[in-house]
Amino acid sequence: MAGARASVLVDALRAAAIAGGLAFPIVALRAEPDFSNKLVLEPRWSWMFAAMALAFLVRLASAFLPRRAAPAAARPRDEAAARRRGRAFAVFGLGVIFAWPFLVLVVAGPSGALKWIDNYGVQILIYVMLGWGLNIVVGLAGLLDLGYVAFYAVGAYAYALLATHYDLSFWLCLPIAGILAAFWGVLLGFPVLRLRGDYLAIVTLAFGEIIRIVLVNFSTLTNGDAGIGNFATITFFGVPFNASEGGFAAVFGLDHSPVYRLVFLYYLILALALVTNLATLRLRRLPIGRAWEALREDEIACRSLGLDTTKVKLTAFALGAMFGGFAGAFFAVRQDFVSPSSFNFIESATILAIVVLGGRGSQIGVAAAAVAIIGGSELLRELDVLKRFLGSEFDPTQYRMLLVGLAMVLMMNWRPRGFVATRAPTIALGERRAIGGDLVREGRG
Amino acid sequence: MSARAPFLRIEKMSMRFGGLTAVDNVSFEVSRGDIAALIGPNGAGKTTVFNCITGFYKPTSGRISMAPDGALPDPAAIDALTRSGRRHRDGLYLLERMPDHEIARAARVARTFQNIRLFAGMTALENLVVAQHQPLMRASGWSLLGLAGAPSFRHAERAAVARARDWLARIDLLARADDPAGALPYGDQRRLEIARAMCLGPQLLCLDEPAAGLNPRESADLNRLLRAIRDEFGVSILLIEHDMSVVMEISDHVVVLDYGRKIADGKPEHVRADPSVIAAYLGVPDEEVAAAEREIGA
Repeated sequence: MAGARASVLVDALRAAAIAGGLAFPIVALRAEPDFSNKLVLEPRWSWMFAAMALAFLVRLASAFLPRRAAPAAARPRDEAAARRRGRAFAVFGLGVIFAWPFLVLVVAGPSGALKWIDNYGVQILIYVMLGWGLNIVVGLAGLLDLGYVAFYAVGAYAYALLATHYDLSFWLCLPIAGILAAFWGVLLGFPVLRLRGDYLAIVTLAFGEIIRIVLVNFSTLTNGDAGIGNFATITFFGVPFNASEGGFAAVFGLDHSPVYRLVFLYYLILALALVTNLATLRLRRLPIGRAWEALREDEIACRSLGLDTTKVKLTAFALGAMFGGFAGAFFAVRQDFVSPSSFNFIESATILAIVVLGGRGSQIGVAAAAVAIIGGSELLRELDVLKRFLGSEFDPTQYRMLLVGLAMVLMMNWRPRGFVATRAPTIALGERRAIGGDLVREGRG
Repeated sequence: MSARAPFLRIEKMSMRFGGLTAVDNVSFEVSRGDIAALIGPNGAGKTTVFNCITGFYKPTSGRISMAPDGALPDPAAIDALTRSGRRHRDGLYLLERMPDHEIARAARVARTFQNIRLFAGMTALENLVVAQHQPLMRASGWSLLGLAGAPSFRHAERAAVARARDWLARIDLLARADDPAGALPYGDQRRLEIARAMCLGPQLLCLDEPAAGLNPRESADLNRLLRAIRDEFGVSILLIEHDMSVVMEISDHVVVLDYGRKIADGKPEHVRADPSVIAAYLGVPDEEVAAAEREIGA
């Protein structure tokens, strides 16, 4: 026992030493220009020691905490009660989601509600939808796609360009955007799907960047970095959302406010996301969905059973891309502006993080992860309260990404397979029992 | 057409990996209704032959012809198909020209693997349903009818589940149908993999060391299962096996490989007495080695 305690102490001291080594050049040594613009070294030893102490304490604490959640399948529990609780939670959650804009309107009023509907409603739902779309590729088929944002961009630009040049309506552009994104998914799929694992990841990453760079440089079509704006003409079944006589507010006898358009957009993306979810849940129970999961489990066995793995991968890629394209068209109509800077690699990484954090293949887990990552990082903008404790110079938004990253590291350490680590069987003779995550493979491309 | 007519013929097949010749000019036949065994010491090229037949490797040279629904036609007809450059005609398939999944689907050759390849995170039932992908995919109208929940698809799915249930009952795993395949004991996994291959509805079943790691009782069960597959379903079996008790007991025909070459081919009792087979397995007497060394002047 004494030996174990000593080794924990040694381990914590080592962590402190590493923290000290890292903090010495980047924290302790600070060069400030003086009045004559010469750099003067201003050592900040207290900061460095604080970092070391923090590392020591965190490491020490982590040794006494339970390291990882036990696999869910190993815990005996009342399945029926768990399912009842799950259903009650789902009904409550769906109720909140459907009522959200009205709850916010009642609490915050029409102008105060704008931010809450847009940043916490529409924004999160876009990522829920993107997460569900990517979940088909990464979660079900087990193909690591680091360039998913490319399809999002294709969808957004498809709508922006068609609306600008041909004056087509959103409802017509939506399916076209999805089809075009699926087309690009297949086009990308053909050459890259012979690759596996890391190689597939690298090529999809490159594809995402190529699309973005083409959007930047093909300026005769896309207007380059300046982007395309003022094309979105979303209407409430023909009634425009403007201050005119025939506008939404006038027709329904309301005071004009931008909030109506936003509420409409909220329900639009909610409907799109739910369609994505229903389609995915259904597809999972069809032969094509089982083929995706079988592919993730063992590609060679799939081929021995007569499955054309190239076609299976292409359908996963095309369908995932199609939902990305739908989300892209919605993004364009919501922003009324598209530019290449919205389709960075960091977007792909965020969507992938949502899928991985949620638990690959789990629809509810992915939705929860989108709420946690996007909602959480939005919530960190609201932390002005901290200024009271840390001085008025403290800007919490600067620490936003740092805290999101830290939260993800902790989360993955606690639940390495995401929020929902189990897999639900698609078919059963008796009762459907969840399969422990330790048996489910992650796929290697 | 006699019941025991050859329906798979391997002719002068070689497989080279760089400078290594894993399979060297091997020819043999498998007849309908046979249990044929492919044996030989470690590294003799047995699994390579399997991988060539099932399309996982493309043989460097040679021809593999298969008539899944009848008997092989006369050699002139096979030559004519070879010259035509096509993959198949009139129920005759040239396997060396086909990709692996097409061999499984069209030529109806199913296989299992030396190191079991079940879908570990899917249930036993799901494993057997995935094997029925082709008929289900057609019934689901390439997913469109399935998405709409068409009754024809529901019907096809029920039939697939019924077939899976039959196989689970046959291999004594009905009680564990909803357990993940990866959680089953080793012997059950071996049987489940065979059942999964059978759910493809094959004419030829290729088993790579099905008895490896089984205890004597499980081995005897396996023999019964393989005989039932042949006698009830009329499916021929080609198996790689090290367990001579299995080979000698159930096979009708044994092919022996050593260093990639065929050294014997015939009935089990005939092969067992063949001096070259005994030499391959047990080595040759010392005086023969000495004589050979004298000849080359060592």
